[in-house]
Amino acid sequence: MTNKLLLLLSAAVLASPLAAQDLGAPIGSEQPVERVQVEGDDDDGPLRGTVTDESAWSDIGIAIPAFATDRDRPTPANEAGTGALGREISRVITANLRNNGLFKPVGPDALPQPGFPQITAPVYDTWSGKGAEMLVQGYVRARDDGKLVVGCYLYDVALKNQLVREGWVVAPGDWRRAAHKCSDLIFSRLTGESPFFDSRIAYIAETGPKDRRVKRLAVMDSDGANHRFLTLGSATALTPRYSPDYSKILYLSYVDGNPRIYVYDIGTGKQTLVTENRAPTIAPRWAPDGRHILYAMGIAGNTDIYRIPATGGTATKLTDNPGIDVGGSYSPDGTKIVFESDRSGTQQCYVMDADGKNQKRISFFGGRCATPEWSPRGDQIAFTRIAGDFNIGVMNTGGGGMRVLTNGWQDEAPTWAPNGRIIQFFRTEKNTGRSGIWQVDLTGQKERRLPTPVDASDPAWGPIRP
Amino acid sequence: MNKKIATILLLASATGLAACAKKPPETLPPVAGPTSVPTTDSTQTGGLAIGTQAHFGAAVGASTTIYFDTDSYDVDSQDAAALQAQAQYFARYPQITFTIEGHADERGTREYNIALGEKRATSAKAYLTSLGVDANRIAVVSYGKESPVALASNEAAWAQNRRAASVIINR
Repeated sequence: MTNKLLLLLSAAVLASPLAAQDLGAPIGSEQPVERVQVEGDDDDGPLRGTVTDESAWSDIGIAIPAFATDRDRPTPANEAGTGALGREISRVITANLRNNGLFKPVGPDALPQPGFPQITAPVYDTWSGKGAEMLVQGYVRARDDGKLVVGCYLYDVALKNQLVREGWVVAPGDWRRAAHKCSDLIFSRLTGESPFFDSRIAYIAETGPKDRRVKRLAVMDSDGANHRFLTLGSATALTPRYSPDYSKILYLSYVDGNPRIYVYDIGTGKQTLVTENRAPTIAPRWAPDGRHILYAMGIAGNTDIYRIPATGGTATKLTDNPGIDVGGSYSPDGTKIVFESDRSGTQQCYVMDADGKNQKRISFFGGRCATPEWSPRGDQIAFTRIAGDFNIGVMNTGGGGMRVLTNGWQDEAPTWAPNGRIIQFFRTEKNTGRSGIWQVDLTGQKERRLPTPVDASDPAWGPIRP
Repeated sequence: MNKKIATILLLASATGLAACAKKPPETLPPVAGPTSVPTTDSTQTGGLAIGTQAHFGAAVGASTTIYFDTDSYDVDSQDAAALQAQAQYFARYPQITFTIEGHADERGTREYNIALGEKRATSAKAYLTSLGVDANRIAVVSYGKESPVALASNEAAWAQNRRAASVIINR
């Protein structure tokens, strides 16, 4: 009894400083997924034919039957056991490939279910008879230590050979990550592009009327699953950014009454100010190596861009201009920064060296250029183009080749998929002020809204998870 | 047309502001506190506690807030009149500290708008200090586009939201 009371008391003492900072319970730190060898046919020959053209990719019919299990065992990942979990994994893979519009997958609910021995030795005639060109098979096996081994196999039905296979060991709570890893394996093998499904998104969850909007820091998987709120909503939270290793999130909070950037530690659920300064700090961004942080700070009303070591220390002022300089984004090699400035009279995009030298305007296409974000591939910059309405544009790093990808009333704040093929942004509705996260591919043709439990803004797509 | 001008003139004289038709926006945001008739007549503050927003609002009326043109942070002649009314009030009650809240309309990007609101609030603060209000009495905070007072998505609403509001926060 006394012990219990003491525990309760100490829990209350521990909880109170976090609640005062508007923080919810920590969600725990990121666990790496272990790769394992999986058995199978070693004929991993090159893919024949050309699939570099996007229109060709979408014509590939992919059959994704339910993943098999060697033995139906109970698992915390699914109350009906590993057999039911196998079907769920196939559903997640099917949804991933379908939602991103590149392929025409057929999922487990419309297909026969292969047995465990057939996973490594597919009955090709079954699938060619259904018109499938590609076949994804796999299995789930519960180990005695409770962890799950998930094997993923991609077969070419016409050629009757295996294109690629891989396996992962995941904790039961991470079973969706195995489905995302498998989706990435298939996507990369068939397109030659880098993976992106096994990644997370930090964003701002919005509720309430337009003049009393509650804005909370939240995170979710790239497909909207595993949603968590990280702040309680008593203070407005804005503009999050995942650190490259997913250990921290930079974001802006009004928790002390002023706009200030905090470094939130995902493992401990605690946060610290990015810099001890009475001036407002906004627009946080990580350097690609996670060792530096960019932010903008207003001194006597004049906002400039600063860089500070992620571990704290002395800030370096990178811009020095009477206009508003804000929103820096590093090139993936860390040598350059694209940012926006109204020094010319309106918001335009500029590039400078990482030390602030050689500041040069790059946007000259009419309208305004805001919130520039350098692609993780390095070749493009996405931005908010303001020309009447607000839309998402891309341009090359010299400002040429500008293309507008969206046509909403107010589309804002692009963020890149880890492979630089897809852009997410938020769209605000006229009058109601309601917002949602959308994504669009680089052709501008495949656009869709992401499912979120409440309204959403400021998406920040993290890298591929470790 | 004539009626409209007459109304504007009437409104302008009633609020003790210069008769500039450009601003303020046709519909003013509600003034905090129980007084619905904006006036500079200090008899209207009777019964209200000194050091409250209600007292300040009753004393200076609509002059608690100034409005800006799109993208602008300049204090124009009409803003100057409102800030002079504020400066007189704060000179009379030197014990009061206050915050200037800078805002932007929704037609700007989120981060830029916080910087713009900061610039607007700071330029109002600079004007008040030039009138003799001690800078140490004035805090500044920007809410960017996050706290609109007018909720529609049109020019009239945006004009009301591009503002710097002086607020006495009671602790």
